[in-house]
Amino acid sequence: MKLPKFDYVEPTTALEAVTLLSQSRGLAKVIAGGQSLIPTMALRLAQPALLIDLRHLESLRGIAVDEAGLRLGAMTRWREIQDSAEVLDTHPLLVEAVRHIAHYQIRNRGTVGGSLAHADPAAELPCIAVTCGASIRVLGILGEREILADEFFLGPLATALGDDEIILEVRFPRWPSSRQWGFQEFSRRQGDFALAGVAIFYDTDNSGRLENAHVGVFGVGQCATRLSGVESALNGRTNTISVAAEVARLAAAEVTPSDDLHASARYRRALVAVLLERAMALARGERA
Amino acid sequence: MKTRPQIVGTPLERIEDHRLLTGKARFVDDIHIEGMLHAAIVRSPVAHGLLKGVDTQVARRMPGVHGVFSAEDIARDFGGVVPRIAIRAIRIPELEPIEQWAIATKKVRYVGEPIAVVVADSPAEAEDAADQVTFEIESLEPVTGWRQSAAGTSPLFDLPVTNRAITYTAIKGNARDCQGAYTRKERFRVQRHSGFPMETRGLLAVWESNAQRMTVYGAAKVPFFARRTLAAAMRLPLDAVDMIEVDVGGSFGMRGEFYPEDFLVPFASKRLNRPVKWIEDRRESLLGSNHSREMESELEIVCEANGRVLALRGSVAVDAGAYVRAAGVIPGRFVALMLSGPYDIPNIHVESVLYLTNKAPVGTYRGPGLFEADFFRERLFDCAARDLGIDPVQFRRVNLVEESQMPYRLATLDFPEETDELDSGNYRATLDQCMREFGWQEKIGLQGRLIDGKYNGLAVGCFIDGGAGGLKEHARIELENDGQVTVYVGSASVGQGLVTILTQIAADALQLPVERIRILHGSTTYLKEGVGSGYSRSTVMGGSVVLLAVEELKRRMRDAAAKKLGCSPDEIKFERDLVMTAGEKKLGWEQLGSLGLAAEVEFVNHHHTFAYGAAAAHVAVDPRTGKVDLIDYFTLEDLGRVINPLTARGQAVGAAVQGLGGVFLENLYYDADGQLLSGTLADYMMPTATDFPSVRAEAIGLCPSPHNPLGAKGGGEGGVIPVGGVIVNAIAAALVTMKIDPKELPLTPEALWSLIQSADGRSSV
Amino acid sequence: MLVTLCVNGEDSTTDVLPRTTLVDFLRHSLGMTGTHVGCEHGVCGACTVIVDGDAVRSCLMLAVQANGAEIMTIEGLADASANLSPLQEAFHRHHALQCGFCTPGVLMTAHALLRQEPNASKERIREVISGNLCRCTGYMPIVDAIFEARSSYQPASPATRARGR
Repeated sequence: MKLPKFDYVEPTTALEAVTLLSQSRGLAKVIAGGQSLIPTMALRLAQPALLIDLRHLESLRGIAVDEAGLRLGAMTRWREIQDSAEVLDTHPLLVEAVRHIAHYQIRNRGTVGGSLAHADPAAELPCIAVTCGASIRVLGILGEREILADEFFLGPLATALGDDEIILEVRFPRWPSSRQWGFQEFSRRQGDFALAGVAIFYDTDNSGRLENAHVGVFGVGQCATRLSGVESALNGRTNTISVAAEVARLAAAEVTPSDDLHASARYRRALVAVLLERAMALARGERA
Repeated sequence: MKTRPQIVGTPLERIEDHRLLTGKARFVDDIHIEGMLHAAIVRSPVAHGLLKGVDTQVARRMPGVHGVFSAEDIARDFGGVVPRIAIRAIRIPELEPIEQWAIATKKVRYVGEPIAVVVADSPAEAEDAADQVTFEIESLEPVTGWRQSAAGTSPLFDLPVTNRAITYTAIKGNARDCQGAYTRKERFRVQRHSGFPMETRGLLAVWESNAQRMTVYGAAKVPFFARRTLAAAMRLPLDAVDMIEVDVGGSFGMRGEFYPEDFLVPFASKRLNRPVKWIEDRRESLLGSNHSREMESELEIVCEANGRVLALRGSVAVDAGAYVRAAGVIPGRFVALMLSGPYDIPNIHVESVLYLTNKAPVGTYRGPGLFEADFFRERLFDCAARDLGIDPVQFRRVNLVEESQMPYRLATLDFPEETDELDSGNYRATLDQCMREFGWQEKIGLQGRLIDGKYNGLAVGCFIDGGAGGLKEHARIELENDGQVTVYVGSASVGQGLVTILTQIAADALQLPVERIRILHGSTTYLKEGVGSGYSRSTVMGGSVVLLAVEELKRRMRDAAAKKLGCSPDEIKFERDLVMTAGEKKLGWEQLGSLGLAAEVEFVNHHHTFAYGAAAAHVAVDPRTGKVDLIDYFTLEDLGRVINPLTARGQAVGAAVQGLGGVFLENLYYDADGQLLSGTLADYMMPTATDFPSVRAEAIGLCPSPHNPLGAKGGGEGGVIPVGGVIVNAIAAALVTMKIDPKELPLTPEALWSLIQSADGRSSV
Repeated sequence: MLVTLCVNGEDSTTDVLPRTTLVDFLRHSLGMTGTHVGCEHGVCGACTVIVDGDAVRSCLMLAVQANGAEIMTIEGLADASANLSPLQEAFHRHHALQCGFCTPGVLMTAHALLRQEPNASKERIREVISGNLCRCTGYMPIVDAIFEARSSYQPASPATRARGR
């Protein structure tokens, strides 16, 4: 399982990277942490002629928090998110999701940008980005643009990223400290890709009624997606056990999973319902 | 006389560890020989088809390539015939037509079967060129299960004409006509999975043309058999072939058997007159190393109303894969021979049919046939106990073989005729001790209870663990000039701590400190003949031959000392540190060391040992997801005599976790086209540290084996054997109100969830 | 491409092909065979080494990506006179290895963890070690050994001071 032959470049600016990318006519691949790309190449499922390594692009690194929210540079490693007290304060849902990503060694190398660009339907970050209405800032040969996470993920391993584009950063809207949230994922073993996962958050009005409910699921469809039916059903209600059970049934009906080696569609639907109920309980403050 | 304190029985920390902990070990891929080339194997992507042609022209011209060999190239060197991979265990003429060819000739029969060998300067270049080998395969209907195999619509071979490789029948008493107050017939199934050690297979073959000698590094498990097989296949004299055992990263039955590559790589080395290394990659390992365990049974139990079992009868269908390899018949034989386990069952009639399918050939995996047999039997017992309203523990108690019945004869198997005897044991006492140490009384109140959304369940089961297989083991012992004693032994190390165990045995026998003993093992350069490891044999067989060797050395020392002291050898007594006395006279080894005293001995044993024990589990089932938490697991095994409690416990815990992998996670899953879908370690799921964090084990030496001077019983496999039965019985007990009786492994969360969904007694969840 | 890196305190510059993974580079270019290859697709953890202080899977990293990095492998864990480190000692005492093939990777993961989190709980240790497959031990003794070795990683511990890396 040795990697096929390729050339390797280490551009020092983002512009240089996209220039190389556009010149390669689709034969190049960008490598960030490489935690998904390298195994794919080892299995010879991908044989790019050129690898463009972003490791020297300092501008793609770093975590920033301001009034608008949280910004994660594309080359930010999972590990840095886990180590950041600032992110824990400003986006606890994100930190909880990152805890579920792969294993220790992978989290030391894997990056935010890599995960978004890889767009695995069972990955955590795309779901958090979609659920939170994050936007993804990308650079191409014609300049920068910002793509809403909702429009970024097109299907399994497919994104709106152009052939000459790289991800610069992902921006999460500001997270009010009073926000309620819950995250649940079901995988066969610690660190495995999810058979199903649910991320929810909502704010409450003075009487405790839910508003701004966001419900995202992953591992149960072509890509991470929000469940608008569930969200509408939640807004204006209170998070009680019976409401949670009711929306869980809605969620099971709203998702569109398919069968694969690891689980049937039927089971995935059932999992979504259970996970949503449990995420609702967590949001109520019933931390296990 | 001052004696040294006994080392056997103490938890001596392992002698092997230092090198392994510091990165100084030498596994086969760590060996670098100047001028060494690297092989890659081109494998069939098709499960079943006619191989019409292999084109190696483009590959031959690729950078760094030294040679590309297909069946045609190999046959040319062997008078037009491609050599075959000889069956090691229980070879009978009927099976010879289905032995695997070293490389596919006219047909491919499983995805992963070798089609060509590419040899290049580097592994990467070899793989690049392997990608350029083209071939034409005319697809045939793939046979992917035993039922399809039995239907016979797509025969794998011209001869035998059916896909039934062989049928073994285990018989005792008259089970067919046996009648009782209660009968129940059930089907059970165990999925395909296997040992997959962390180190993949590999070898480095070095042909020396001047000396016309072949040296192969990377031998494991049974190096002497591998030497015979390779010498015969390559038509070389036996003494022109040597197998060198370096560090081995686990076997679990799989590693060390003779595989196609064990011929292909030496062949390439000889043809190119260069050292050639091949290291199996993980994908190849999952595709082509021996699979195991895949069986489906239909068994009927006949009982009296009080739970006394009168008979077990029925059949087992074994999915044997595409060929019968080295030890491929063992699981199918053992499942029938040892179905009764530790229980006194007077009437048995079990047919075990090996079906050929277009999947990787099977071999042994730790507890071969016994893991499966235990799952079938222990599940059936719990079903029967529940139907009869008998406590499952009591059900077992009344049926266990009693100490007074020892030796206890098992069923008789055919092709060839074979029977076996349980050698010794107090089965009830061990069951009781297991339950005590597990805390059965304290926990039984939780049985079936729903706590924090999870149903709790407990179960206990009993098992036997056959060991000391193979008739002989060999050793040579030498008293060195520096007072060290070196023992060369035919046993092989597969990571189990062989050196530590044999050193302990030798140290006590010689009354020497462990530092003065050196154990060398495995390689064919040490001894004229030897056997190896496997069938839980190295402690008993290796240990016993070490004892014999020490006795023989002492006899020779006594003779030599008697001459020096002018007395009769009978008057010589040994004190510690090889000091000999005769009355007032005293002689140290120093005065004998230059005599080059040495002895070569063989230990012969016609009896298997049967370690045995009981295991208990406490599980909690989430009925909404089907996820099972293992709250506690305890396994207790009587090894007759425990040489080292530390390594004995290590074997048991490790084996139990492997068993748990087999129950919940591991599955070699083939689709209807015969493609292996679990072809990476992301999809073939082995247990990790978080999966089963509470497994406990203990080894005791209660009833020694009467058949060897140590009294020890082979015990490396007992940990895995009861796991399927105990765990699934605990799950069934947890869900008893829903009347759930899982009958298939793996019991994935989804599988259990599905059973819960369709259960009639389903409570609202 | 030329790759310059520092392995266990020793600098070297070597010409490698971009397709060479870090583990193949360490094993076959530098001849440091203590780091093992178990799967080559980033699942088993046998190839774990420490790169700039962090445990990584060296089959999922190209040698060229390690250019300029400081790397620690199993060969650097015991001291120069091959005395076992307290972590290695704990593995020996707890029988936390059998065949020893996964052991270097497990030790590197544990070493990185305990340097960063000397007070890691058993649960945390278990979670981190879940990225390393071991087929022999069932993990119980591995977790116990790492837990016991924590004391030698406390900031005040002489072992930590002596082993500055």
